[in-house]
Amino acid sequence: MAVAFWILAAVSVAAGIAVFVVDSMARATFALLASLLAVGLAFLLIDLQYLGVLIILMMVMEMLIMAVFMIMYMMNPAGLMPMKMVHNNRVAALVAGAVFALLAVGIFLTPWPRRRGEPPADPTHALGLSIMGPKMLVMMVIGVAILATMISTVVLATHRGRYDRYGDDLTRRPPDDPGPGHAHSPQPPVEHHHACGAPNPGEERT
Amino acid sequence: MSEQTPVWSVIALPAVLAALALAAAVLDAVLGGFRASSPLGEVARLLVQQRRRTLLPDTLLLRIGVVSLVVAPVLAGIVIPLGDIAVADLAVGIVWFNAMEVCVWGSLWLTGWSVNSVYPLVGAYRFVAQGLAYELPHMFALITVGLGAGSLRMSDAVRAQQELWFVVWMPLAFLVYLISALAMAFWGPMGAPLGGDIAGGSRAELSGPDRLLFQSGRYVLLVVAAAAAVPLFLGGGAGPLLPSWLWALIKTAAVLGLLVWVRHRVPVVRMDRFTQCSWLVLIPVSLLQLLVVGVVVL
Repeated sequence: MAVAFWILAAVSVAAGIAVFVVDSMARATFALLASLLAVGLAFLLIDLQYLGVLIILMMVMEMLIMAVFMIMYMMNPAGLMPMKMVHNNRVAALVAGAVFALLAVGIFLTPWPRRRGEPPADPTHALGLSIMGPKMLVMMVIGVAILATMISTVVLATHRGRYDRYGDDLTRRPPDDPGPGHAHSPQPPVEHHHACGAPNPGEERT
Repeated sequence: MSEQTPVWSVIALPAVLAALALAAAVLDAVLGGFRASSPLGEVARLLVQQRRRTLLPDTLLLRIGVVSLVVAPVLAGIVIPLGDIAVADLAVGIVWFNAMEVCVWGSLWLTGWSVNSVYPLVGAYRFVAQGLAYELPHMFALITVGLGAGSLRMSDAVRAQQELWFVVWMPLAFLVYLISALAMAFWGPMGAPLGGDIAGGSRAELSGPDRLLFQSGRYVLLVVAAAAAVPLFLGGGAGPLLPSWLWALIKTAAVLGLLVWVRHRVPVVRMDRFTQCSWLVLIPVSLLQLLVVGVVVL
């Protein structure tokens, strides 16, 4: 147990350092993912299975979405060239050192509560009761707020709405879509007949 | 359901997965008009084929991507009971299954990115887009099962179906699960990440052992997706006369056969269209199913 914890802790910190050492966007992203996965596995060590597995699940998805956005906004196309992962080193080091010192002091000064009672037999069940019991109102408000944020972000980000696609009275059929294979696309439509059923040597073997 | 995991199950799981994956490949070849032995020939060919290298590949990430495409579905498979016994019947087995199959997003993206070539990268981004489309309805379908069983443990889900299989009273969740299983294994109608229009997509630059691992990983993924449908919706190993492990195997083979067959009957769907369908149809449908199951459980 203790050995596993220290290994995971070392992996987590080492991968965290690797984020700033490597020279590629993709490697930095996946080093960060490795670090967070080690944290997720550490949760499994203290029997918080649900939270541990959830961390693994969410972090993989988050890192992949982050990779998409990071590379989308890179100055070199697709972020394929090697690049430096650190900028403004002196100030960054100062800020990081200050935050670390603050947190470390906080750890030592906080009067940590003494453990009372025993861990529940099923922590997942207890977690669910805790969230859906006394914290129900908070969770529901947060849930609706997150949903509203997601919808409004998509609405703000979308470049074409349904009136662009279906016309002013929403009757245009087929919709005016910019993808390939449509009458209104700027380039001549490219037909992609994926020959399903028909033998197509050289594709989809094994 | 047993507390102790027998050692043989650890060995049996990869063996069963490999056998089913090979069976799926053979069925796919036969349906595609090839000889039944052609997958074996392809395996032999890829084993001796020399690796083709692209300019400046990120070899480390490529290896991680290709290997994890095989490892992730096997890890997802440890919670699936073969009959009565799973390798690890975790208390959060359904979430574990979901977490492991999401790791495939990483595998495919890494594979597409690291060869430093355009079409594989396009394929990788297609898969991430498709992932964003299928993942939410997929999760809702899994949650519906968890809600119906009152537990996230696979064996509890099987036990909850002794009276009535979940496929009977949550058919929409089952349908959503099957569609998302296709998308998860980027198979058939959801095969755009490996599309012919982008020269084979994510696997375009893979050759030799890399390609063999990639292809096997994809089939193992398909097998695991089919196998998980059995404890989740089809009553696990329940059935008359035959022993439960055989029933589980028969049901898995049936779902797998259906998934393989679909590839030869349905054209590839563009991921933007799938996203539209997924967010406008599948998510409301799966939420509705969740509501119905929730009301029944209450």
